[in-house]
Amino acid sequence: MNLKQEKINDYSVLTILDERIDAHNSGELKVYLLQMIEGGEKRIIVHLGHVRFIDSSGLGALLSGNKQVLARSGEFALTNIQKQVLSMFELTRLNRVFDIHDDFTESFGNGT
Amino acid sequence: MELRAPMCDTFIHVDVVIPTQTKYLALIASIGERIAKELDNFTGDREALSYQLNLVLTEATVNVIKHACEDDIKNCVRVTINLQEDALNIKVYDYGQGFDLEAVPLPDLDHPGESGMGLFLIRSLMDSVTYTQHADYNVLEIIKYLK
Repeated sequence: MNLKQEKINDYSVLTILDERIDAHNSGELKVYLLQMIEGGEKRIIVHLGHVRFIDSSGLGALLSGNKQVLARSGEFALTNIQKQVLSMFELTRLNRVFDIHDDFTESFGNGT
Repeated sequence: MELRAPMCDTFIHVDVVIPTQTKYLALIASIGERIAKELDNFTGDREALSYQLNLVLTEATVNVIKHACEDDIKNCVRVTINLQEDALNIKVYDYGQGFDLEAVPLPDLDHPGESGMGLFLIRSLMDSVTYTQHADYNVLEIIKYLK
């Protein structure tokens, strides 16, 4: 899976560079998030701007990260979700579970 | 893959066989997306339908891959997509043990788990979902009526 991790304004920002999150790569995403969390990252933002498609296993991987961070009293947010991808969060009502922001820069700044 | 000229009431018939490996999901899904773009008379939200077909084909295929027996020689999934005048018919064949569709529990959306959403999504987005077990294969049949 193509991922970019960077530190912006004290947040660990994980940008998913793949267009698809499905059962082929969601396991890798889940493990990556768990390793970030076990490594001490408590403020994680997942930037989904490039993601055109997510399946139930992809939602599950994000849910796993969300649960682990909240269990450690941290912050976990999702940003820049494309319209059709967002509809999956709505259908599964996971939009009520996740902290979702329309635009990364608007909510968290541009790092300068 | 086979694209046939119109026969009877079928406009497009696609028949694909892939190994039970997740790396082929994108291929199967892209066929569904592409077909959504070919529906001349569809007046609904084409982008939404395209995503839904992508998702349904992905989830249904994953379902077979997850339950496939690894040392089974018939280690493959067959997917057929039939575009008719007013309906899209998808059949996903597996050669495994099979399962009881009616016994699959609905996910608890108030306490979401990390798995068990696949069939729920298919049923939510499509108009009819049935699973039939035969002597040497099973078939998940999904119908979406096109308005």
